[in-house]
Amino acid sequence: MDVYLPIANLAVNGLVIIGLGALTGLLSGMFGVGGGFLTTPLLIFYGVPPTVAAASAASQVTGASVSGAFAHARRGGIDYHMGAVLVAGGVLGTGIGALLFRLLQALGQIDTVINILYVLLLGGIGGLMAHESVTTLRAQRRGVAPPARRRRHHPLVASLPLRWRFYRSGLYISPLAPLLLGMATGVLTMLMGIGGGFILVPAMLYILGMSTNVVVGTSLFQILFVTMATTMMHALTTHAVDVVLAGMLLVGSVSGAQIGAQFAQKARPEQLRLLLAVIVLAVALRMAVGLGYRPDEIYTVVPL
Amino acid sequence: MIRVLALLAVLLLTGGARAPILVPEISQHRVEVRQGFTGADLLLFGAILDPGGTRAAQDYDIVVVLKGPVQSIVLREKRKVAGIWVNADNTEFRSAPSFFAIAASRPLRRIVDEKTAAIYELGLDRLQLSPIGAIDPEDQHRFSAGLVDLMRRQGLYREDDHGVTISSQVLYQARIALPSQVRTGTYTAETFAIRQGRVITSAVTRVDVSKQGFERFVANQADGNGLFYGLFVVAVSVAMGWVAGRLFALI
Repeated sequence: MDVYLPIANLAVNGLVIIGLGALTGLLSGMFGVGGGFLTTPLLIFYGVPPTVAAASAASQVTGASVSGAFAHARRGGIDYHMGAVLVAGGVLGTGIGALLFRLLQALGQIDTVINILYVLLLGGIGGLMAHESVTTLRAQRRGVAPPARRRRHHPLVASLPLRWRFYRSGLYISPLAPLLLGMATGVLTMLMGIGGGFILVPAMLYILGMSTNVVVGTSLFQILFVTMATTMMHALTTHAVDVVLAGMLLVGSVSGAQIGAQFAQKARPEQLRLLLAVIVLAVALRMAVGLGYRPDEIYTVVPL
Repeated sequence: MIRVLALLAVLLLTGGARAPILVPEISQHRVEVRQGFTGADLLLFGAILDPGGTRAAQDYDIVVVLKGPVQSIVLREKRKVAGIWVNADNTEFRSAPSFFAIAASRPLRRIVDEKTAAIYELGLDRLQLSPIGAIDPEDQHRFSAGLVDLMRRQGLYREDDHGVTISSQVLYQARIALPSQVRTGTYTAETFAIRQGRVITSAVTRVDVSKQGFERFVANQADGNGLFYGLFVVAVSVAMGWVAGRLFALI
């Protein structure tokens, strides 16, 4: 099935793109992460120009997080107060990200920066996740309950001025902490086309110390709005959002997300986390190897 | 084809002029890029006759060039720095063709000499890319060779030494394939008749490659109406996510 992408200026096999969307949707349904960390590199590998890939992948993450966010909202699993602060930070972050994107593009270092960011972030977080799930699984095998982690925010967070009460999160902390966190994910979303969920969730748990029953819902809420802002930002600045590409990715990912959610209910969370860690580490490793090996193309053409 | 035969008949009857007569034609003057476009196959053909109206092609070599709109580009070059491959050097070209295909009836090197080839841009190594700013000739050569190699592997530049076939010493034809990722714009198809290393005559026809229908609408909206376009994409993504959630809840 040949489909012509009007913004990417390229004919692609539609089934491949839908399949790609389904794969990342499956991941997002199973693990609650956006799956954008796989879409962008795979699209580039398939021949889609990098800017178009990053710009169009964001809208796919929007679609995949919508139904999850609704489900959590019905259960009362979203701290809207915290979410609003995170979204505000995220929108600021996409603005900063857009400036950075343009600066790095002018310097010609955008690909390298994106690749290094991928390796560091995915490698670091994948490593942490793998370590944690392996410890839990081992403890379970020995029949010992894993040591309960005391919920506490990071000492740095406590040192920030100005404190607000976030009732549903059970926190009394400075709003600057979630604002900065939101900003960081906004920048990453703009640069890498990822939702930032796999950074946001651990950061909410271990840095902010939010209560676990609102973490996933609030992160989906934030991702939903930040990816919307990213799509708008790309539509207004880079003009690189391809509606046909985004539509095909969406068809795959929204169905994949539902199927993934069904899987997630049956599997054990520790095993799921280990599986995700392995996937994330594999992507990081592939990127790291790519940095060191001679690339296929030494030259790249950028319109002036 | 009928048009060419009619022209031929007229030429045979009238004859007269001194320079050889070159009648180029192209299978389609409009290439429409719309849904399902996977590239186009263009047939460039025509006739060459002596002034007297007799068969002439045995005396001439035919070279056909199809050239896409030129663009200003930055070409970046990767090099290994501290263990990783980064963009280390770059140069700017003011007139890099977005598409360039050249076909000849015999290997180009045997048809024309260096000087003529350079003047008429006959050959991928003869492209006039107009580098911007002072640049060392050696670097310039490396960069233009890099560009040609890259574009060639993307199917956007090609050189075919036996791409032109001449039948009955009158009619010539060449097939040139446009891949799906071609840029839109006006393409020029130039035919050269060459004898003893000199270009005797040449003729130009144009091909208009443009997006049509839905594709044209989308490209226009994305470029000129970013706010509306962005809101539309966001609305579509939210709606699709929501509908999928609803549908699967029913199962």
